[in-house]
Amino acid sequence: MTTTHLPASHDGAPLELQERRAPWPLAILLAVAFVLVPWLGDDYWLNAILIPFLVLSLAGLGLNLLTGYTGQTSVGAAGFMAVGAFASYGLLLRVPGLPLPLALAGGGAIAAAVGLVFGIPSNRIKGFYLMVTTLAAQFFLEWVFTKFPWFYNHASSGTISAPRLELFGLDLHAPAGRYLLVLGCVTLLTWVAVNLVRSQIGRNWMAIRDMDTAAAVIGIPVDGYKRLAFAVSSFYLGVAGALWAFAYLGTASAGSFDINRSFQILFIIIIGGMGSIAGNFVGAAFISLLPLLLNQIGQGLLGGNVDAGQLQNLQKIIFGVLIIWFLVKEPEGLIRLLANLGERLKAWPLRF
Amino acid sequence: MTFFLETLIGGLLAGTMYSLVAIGFVLIYKASGVFNFAQGAMLLFAALTFVSLQEQGLPFALALLLTVVVMAIGAIVIERTVLRPLVNRSQITLFMATLGLSFVIEGLAQGLMGAQVRALDLGIEDVPLFLGEVMVSQFDLVAAATAAVLVAVLALLFNRTRIGVSLRAVADDTRAALSIGINLNRIWQIVWAVAGVVGLVAGLLWGARQGVQFSLSLVVLKALPVLIIGGFTSIGGAIAGGLIVGAAENLAEVYLGPYIGGGITPWFAYFLALVFLYIRPAGLFGERAIERV
Repeated sequence: MTTTHLPASHDGAPLELQERRAPWPLAILLAVAFVLVPWLGDDYWLNAILIPFLVLSLAGLGLNLLTGYTGQTSVGAAGFMAVGAFASYGLLLRVPGLPLPLALAGGGAIAAAVGLVFGIPSNRIKGFYLMVTTLAAQFFLEWVFTKFPWFYNHASSGTISAPRLELFGLDLHAPAGRYLLVLGCVTLLTWVAVNLVRSQIGRNWMAIRDMDTAAAVIGIPVDGYKRLAFAVSSFYLGVAGALWAFAYLGTASAGSFDINRSFQILFIIIIGGMGSIAGNFVGAAFISLLPLLLNQIGQGLLGGNVDAGQLQNLQKIIFGVLIIWFLVKEPEGLIRLLANLGERLKAWPLRF
Repeated sequence: MTFFLETLIGGLLAGTMYSLVAIGFVLIYKASGVFNFAQGAMLLFAALTFVSLQEQGLPFALALLLTVVVMAIGAIVIERTVLRPLVNRSQITLFMATLGLSFVIEGLAQGLMGAQVRALDLGIEDVPLFLGEVMVSQFDLVAAATAAVLVAVLALLFNRTRIGVSLRAVADDTRAALSIGINLNRIWQIVWAVAGVVGLVAGLLWGARQGVQFSLSLVVLKALPVLIIGGFTSIGGAIAGGLIVGAAENLAEVYLGPYIGGGITPWFAYFLALVFLYIRPAGLFGERAIERV
């Protein structure tokens, strides 16, 4: 598995001696994201690119906590996203006057509870066998949200849509509002995740990932931490699912959270970087921009009369090739490539 | 009682179809430790190639032969471009590479040969047979017989030929096999080619039943519970797992389905597998892993 890297800023000093300071680039990035983008960005960019990118990053983060940090491969991510979406919908619908953040958190909490249940087998089942059991979650949850009309309020279409999107009396239906909602959730949860993986919990997860037998030998309660990872990961996925349904799609059904979504999220963490927080964002950007880019290139080269089906096939092939190529060349993902590039640029123009 | 028997036998026969897909997995897992998610895509590719060749007017046998050749070439290409560069990587990395591979193969198959549904006629009449009072689908019987023949051929290949013996040596201990001069790369190519042929047989049977189309590649999701019940390393397990899943799925849909809303086949097999796993974490016939620090 991948190895972990301590933050590169400590210059040989013990961790506790370091001065904690907010890195400037991050502050600027946040300022741009929170102020400049909603002010300047047009609706197409916000709706079609930035919102899905942020939600997918959050979903990737959730899966990364489980797969990248704890080493429990899951291919049921979309199932837990569905739980979050349908649970938030149910809460908003059935609890009058519930504020939106609480509905999102509640959806996440319910997803976490479901994740905890599906994480129980992890105490006996490992590796590929465990991975296949996460498929059970995927298919079972998809079935539940199709078969029982109670979950989608007996709508004949079987879909859910956000009843109301408002916060402190502000209407969030405009693209900029939804963007800020998503950005706020992602920033908060990313900050929590960064701290979580640097805490005792995160260290224990990584010990379990690197070798769970050894982790048990040094006294880490392996089963409990694996289940905790399932619960926390499902919380993140649940919130991401609710945002995906309400802030991006607007109207969602169980079909919005099928197995292909699960694979998409798995690819985000493979391409971005397993066991890396920033990697999720890079991976999600890659996954959401590549189809647009290929579309543009396809239309530019072939003058608009290109068969949509063939373009999709071509996209699939390029996607698959890229995944294999990444695994061969840089198993730690795009984020590692970027880091290497940064190191090189530091020494530029000297090679060593 | 007759109805119960019909359901049971129908399930068992459908189960042999699952086993066929699972066997392709087991072959590759045993020889190269790769959990090959692309097996479903290979199945689709093989069936599509065969149908396309037949549409060009080629006779059955020639089309079959050519498809086998194509699958063998595919196996060599995969070994060169995917397996060899990833040698000695963790199993999960290899699994993810096969996920990427499945995208490539699916894209190629549909891009080259079209995405529309093709009918495939294997010349098997699907008229129900009556054994006593129990109605059995003739097609299912033929499929089961094909599976039996395939397994017998594989058993002969593994036990009676030089290639088979070296293959088992690789599966048993890769390092030892390497050190006595077995060409690992060659073995991998052969195994992937054999898995491709197994995929072809499974693809033809499934394709004749539901038409050759993209959903064929999803058969792989049917085979996964079969695999974990039987264990990744045992062909016998794949067969037993297939029969168990097929029978249980049919019985559950008929007797349990009406109570909880029906349509439970997509996940029932997975739950069954989970229960089995909880009791035996390495499947019914899988090898127990011994863990050391």
